[in-house]
Amino acid sequence: MNFIKRTTILAAGLLCLAGAAKAQDFTNSNYFTPVTGDVASPDANGFIGRWLLLEPFDFPNGSNTVFVDSYIRETFAKFSDTYLGGDLAKVPTTGKKGEVIKYKTQYEKATFRGFGAPQAPEIVKVDRKLKWHALDSKLFNVKLMRFASDLNRDKYGLVFWAVTVIDVPEDMTVRLAVGSNSASMWWVDGEEALILSGDRRMVADDGMSARMTLTKGKHVLRGAVINGPGMSDFCVRFVDENLKPVKNYTISTTK
Amino acid sequence: MKNRSIILSAAVLFAMASAYEAKAQVGTPYIHDPSNIMLCNGKYYTYGTGGGGLWSPDGWHWSAIEAPEGVNARPGGGAAPDALKIGDRYLIGYSATGGGLGGGHAGRILTMWNNDLDPNSKNFGYTEAVEVAHSEFDEDCDAIDIGLFLDPTTGRMFATFGTYFGFIRQCELDPKTGYRKEGTKDLDVAVDCEASDMIYHNGWYYLLGTHGTCCDGVNSTYNIVVGRSRNVNGPFIDNVGRSMIEGGGKMVVAAGYGKTGAGHFGRYIEEEGIEKMSFHWEADYDQGGRSVLAIRPLLWKNDWPVAGEPFFEGVYEIESVRRGYALELAVDFQRQNVARPMRGSTDPIPNPSFQKLEEVIGTWPAGDIPARIGDYMFRPHQKWSVVAVDEAGGYLGAPYYKIVIEGTERALAATADLEVKTVEKYTGADEQLWRIEQCTDGTFRIMPKAIPGCNEPLCLISAGDSTPSLGKFDFNSDNCKWNFCTR
Repeated sequence: MNFIKRTTILAAGLLCLAGAAKAQDFTNSNYFTPVTGDVASPDANGFIGRWLLLEPFDFPNGSNTVFVDSYIRETFAKFSDTYLGGDLAKVPTTGKKGEVIKYKTQYEKATFRGFGAPQAPEIVKVDRKLKWHALDSKLFNVKLMRFASDLNRDKYGLVFWAVTVIDVPEDMTVRLAVGSNSASMWWVDGEEALILSGDRRMVADDGMSARMTLTKGKHVLRGAVINGPGMSDFCVRFVDENLKPVKNYTISTTK
Repeated sequence: MKNRSIILSAAVLFAMASAYEAKAQVGTPYIHDPSNIMLCNGKYYTYGTGGGGLWSPDGWHWSAIEAPEGVNARPGGGAAPDALKIGDRYLIGYSATGGGLGGGHAGRILTMWNNDLDPNSKNFGYTEAVEVAHSEFDEDCDAIDIGLFLDPTTGRMFATFGTYFGFIRQCELDPKTGYRKEGTKDLDVAVDCEASDMIYHNGWYYLLGTHGTCCDGVNSTYNIVVGRSRNVNGPFIDNVGRSMIEGGGKMVVAAGYGKTGAGHFGRYIEEEGIEKMSFHWEADYDQGGRSVLAIRPLLWKNDWPVAGEPFFEGVYEIESVRRGYALELAVDFQRQNVARPMRGSTDPIPNPSFQKLEEVIGTWPAGDIPARIGDYMFRPHQKWSVVAVDEAGGYLGAPYYKIVIEGTERALAATADLEVKTVEKYTGADEQLWRIEQCTDGTFRIMPKAIPGCNEPLCLISAGDSTPSLGKFDFNSDNCKWNFCTR
């Protein structure tokens, strides 16, 4: 191996490492910033921007039309039980000593809708260690597809998990309001609050939970979003009896 | 209650609708992502994804545009074109992309001009296409699905474009050149939709987009939604105060009547009070599940655009909006011999029967009978059977109908002296064929296909509360409007 070749490979390796490190700390993301400070507030319209986001599971689907209720219930239950300990009220940890989830699978690469010729089937093997990231979204919504691309991951065919902790100053009756692309499920303190099935676009206040009373103190909000091809994102807020956004609480990523 | 009657009639009649009624446009109206419909030298044109397009001599029968060898009716291929007439020329926009949901998202929006849309015309010939907008491989926009909009209040022209992948964006074009206007910047105006288009009405700017699942045949949930703004640049807000940047949108049209996947809105204004909207059905159950061109009335309710219902054949009261009386034969009113129940008595008594045609038809004179407008009493001389006449051709979005007294061939007809009468037997003459179009307020305009000795387009009017006639259509006059009711 000559010097030039060796140097080139070394430089390329360093660049890859730098690129990976750069992407994973989200300091240069157009969509997220790493969490700073203990607590955040909802934005002016009540949307929750502070989340723990788990690096996505590879789970390709060639179309979003398969996301019927039973499919997403079974899929999310399987991921929760197999990889996340089945505790939907748990607040994961981040950082060097944070949780690491081992995910090993293989699948036939999906042929997404496109104008080109169909792709030949390709078997993809995956062996990942998935980590949680504490992030603030720069937008009112959380662009999961960009979370994936910031991690240098494929943008499509993924299952995302998100957790956040809200601290309410007094007992309040609210509804959880969610829009997601594509299907999603949401839990408050481990109890199912809302399911949005189907090939769905992110629309603010698309789905509402039944009224729920949040007692004074902290509550854990967890969501899972599945997407085949196309954009994936979500927006979440709480609304009051008059469907107006609730904003008098704080948000953190620890309980 | 009036509206309720109409809606009820549509629902009931759908259940017994014939296959003919359930059709979209007839002929071979197979298209995906149709552009706005253009009228050029008496012919209608629309263009779709992949090149080519459809044309129609009357707006009802559609077929693929046939171009001479070596001539392309709409070159460039690509996705979801749009068309706009500016002055005497036609501006065609389309997108060139290798994208799709799973592909790259580098797209280019191009425009080109043509003086004539008939590829057999000597005036036919496109200018060189120029790029007016684009998206890079991985930015939050997929530059396809152009919608062209000429602001009637300022003369400025805008293009909107984008798909589910990211934002719908708006930029300004020069209406003289079709080029991108110097200095314009792409503006994000919506998310999570595609097939955007802008229109203007009564001081509002509207952004329409298509939500739901595309390209999935009978399972496509495609539907057209709208937001509005007082500003041409938005923000476009829906009926519950939600911005289209937040995914908002009020429904304009969705699946129904054996057709799924409404997408790619286009607007066609015939004249004040008569508007049509074009789009495609992703799948028509009556046409092999094909993607077909659809044309429906465009209504305005509280300054929101709403798709009118398709008109179904059936038996109706034809109610004059002027007074609320009903179109009828000018014959003797035949009383029913039903004794008035005694006041104060609660004893059970039989229900009276409705008057039947055979009970009264013998009292009607033979030959022509004048038409009149009178109190509606659901009597045989007031019940009109409205039936599409396939061989009679059509107009934009619908076929011609004959209007006959139920159970008879006695037909409503226009006369040379610009009045209306009924003839004893329908013959298929043009003056016995009627064009029925829903007005933007939900009422109907009824026009004869032809009037003997008259070339002026006139419609059925209420000259007096009790007197029908023919006259010029004036959307601002209830004399010119009718309702089709089942009650």
